[in-house]
Amino acid sequence: MSVKAIGTYNFPSKDVRENFPAPLLFIGWEDHLVFSAPIALPLPADTPFGALGAAVLPGTYGSHPDFARIDWAAVEWTKSGKPWKPDPAKSLADNGLQHKDVIRFRTPGLNGLNGSCN
Amino acid sequence: MDTPVIKKKLGLKDRYAAMTRDLAWDTTYQPMEKVFPYDKYEGIKIHDWDKWEDPFRLTMDAYWKYQGEKEKKLYAVIEAFAQNNGQLGVTDARYINALKLFLTGVTPLEYYAYRGFAHAGRQFTGAGARVACQMQSIDELRHYQTETHALSHYNKYFNGLHSPQHMFDRVWYLSVPKSFFEDAYTGGPFEFLTAVSFSFEYVLTNLLFVPFMSGAAHNGDMSTVTFGFSAQSDESRHMTLGIECIKFMLEQDPGNVPIVQGWIDKWFWRGYRLLTIVAMMQDYMLPKRVMSWRESWEMYVEENGEALFKDLARYGIRKPKGWIQACEGKDHISHQAWATFYQYNGAAPFHTWIPKEEEMAWLSEKYPETFDKYYRPRWNHWRDQAAEGKRFYNMTLPMLCTTCQIPMLFTEQGDATKIAYRESDYFGNKYHFCSDHCKEIFDNEPEKYIQSWLPVQQIYQGNCFKPGTDPTAEGFDPLLAVLDYYHMNVGRDNFDFEASEDKKNFAAWNGDSAEGATK
Repeated sequence: MSVKAIGTYNFPSKDVRENFPAPLLFIGWEDHLVFSAPIALPLPADTPFGALGAAVLPGTYGSHPDFARIDWAAVEWTKSGKPWKPDPAKSLADNGLQHKDVIRFRTPGLNGLNGSCN
Repeated sequence: MDTPVIKKKLGLKDRYAAMTRDLAWDTTYQPMEKVFPYDKYEGIKIHDWDKWEDPFRLTMDAYWKYQGEKEKKLYAVIEAFAQNNGQLGVTDARYINALKLFLTGVTPLEYYAYRGFAHAGRQFTGAGARVACQMQSIDELRHYQTETHALSHYNKYFNGLHSPQHMFDRVWYLSVPKSFFEDAYTGGPFEFLTAVSFSFEYVLTNLLFVPFMSGAAHNGDMSTVTFGFSAQSDESRHMTLGIECIKFMLEQDPGNVPIVQGWIDKWFWRGYRLLTIVAMMQDYMLPKRVMSWRESWEMYVEENGEALFKDLARYGIRKPKGWIQACEGKDHISHQAWATFYQYNGAAPFHTWIPKEEEMAWLSEKYPETFDKYYRPRWNHWRDQAAEGKRFYNMTLPMLCTTCQIPMLFTEQGDATKIAYRESDYFGNKYHFCSDHCKEIFDNEPEKYIQSWLPVQQIYQGNCFKPGTDPTAEGFDPLLAVLDYYHMNVGRDNFDFEASEDKKNFAAWNGDSAEGATK
């Protein structure tokens, strides 16, 4: 379906890649609802994927008692909800990540405060 | 002796007809369809505009007189409230934050409603519908003004009430009500009435006004209560317009039914999402609570709505899609929303706080299946953190739903531990949603929602700084620059209530120490 309009209806998307200094990446930490929504970050495409856990995410999630205990090799990732195995040595772009992709990570054994998913 | 002159006075009904429909005419210099193009393109077919039952039955002169009297009473109360320092009589300075939410998030919608009804009041071919919309348009403008006046008194004493209109166009959470109304009034006039008059005013308005107004009454705010009374009779007229418009469309042509059903599906869901802020206000922001969000949802939506949609079934209309999900949400959304504002309070111009122990007990009682299991652990953790001097603020911007523009805080139906994620591809770009229904609304009209002004995206694009800001300057702090663009007074309008000037001042005015005021 499409918009019904009284004339030509054709407007640009506000969120295309060219409008941002770097591609936008959405990231969610499963079972940790103390962070009430996934986050949005513009990240240069050549950022190594491994830098997420080491340098990017501590700024957001570091305050959670589970964060320091994460074994990044055991983390399970999904992209658009489907299981996904990124290579931490490769860049975000070389891992196939594009503007406005959404990735989530699950940390087995770490399910929030007393296992409450918080 | 003079011959007595018999004054010819029209009866109420004739007078009404003469002063409304009789003032309309069919154009001859230009064809009618060129003068009234807007009520055709949505696909709604009207065969006989005379079948429109006028819901208001008011003429302009009666309207002025009636509203003028209400206005006099209202302003007398507002004046008395100000002279008696009524602001000192509210339960607790935390209450004022509900007013801040109302003034920034609801009052500007009245102005949008005024514009929307003025547009519809010009564009309908039928004179009856035009008159009804024009009257409502004036009502809405009046509400915008009276709300602003009723609340302006508080602006003299409390922070965060100084720039509601400026903030409405810029602050992240206010893009939720703003985009709701812009979506509605950029639709055609029939969709606008289905969205605002029916789905919002008829189905959901009690959930907006009753909590705020009875919340005001319970918390000693007579100024706002009086505004509520003054608007109430208008609201019931508006509800009548909502149901009349729906029935009129459905009776005029069977082809209208699927179009109207689609709009009801869309606007019920959009309205429900918008009311998330009311849910949290009711459960968390009123020092003296009236009833829980869950209870009012059951009373005003589940009970009344069941009856309404049973009545509409004879036209082939069913309950809106999303009804079941919205009913399940009654146990969750207030907690999820307050937790979000709590952690993003650095960027919101009102205060948040951790519920007190007895308030958590109330929440456990009202939400026996969900509060202790899912939400209390969060509050306990944050309370402990705050006690250690580490009050939690989330400094990373959240991902937003493209349709409702709310941070992606809602969980899956049947599993309150899993955030719901949905997405669509449109011409090689990804768009994300909080729910099946927000996704479906996008998928039906992607050309519209790709234009969403999503605050987080706009901040990252560099569009939320004051003109002349240099983001490359040394020591540039993007967050502070955004708050400056919002016109927020950092440290006064935002952050936790506990350390706020509002709390300190209110205690001092009432002769308490700041510590004493919270006991």
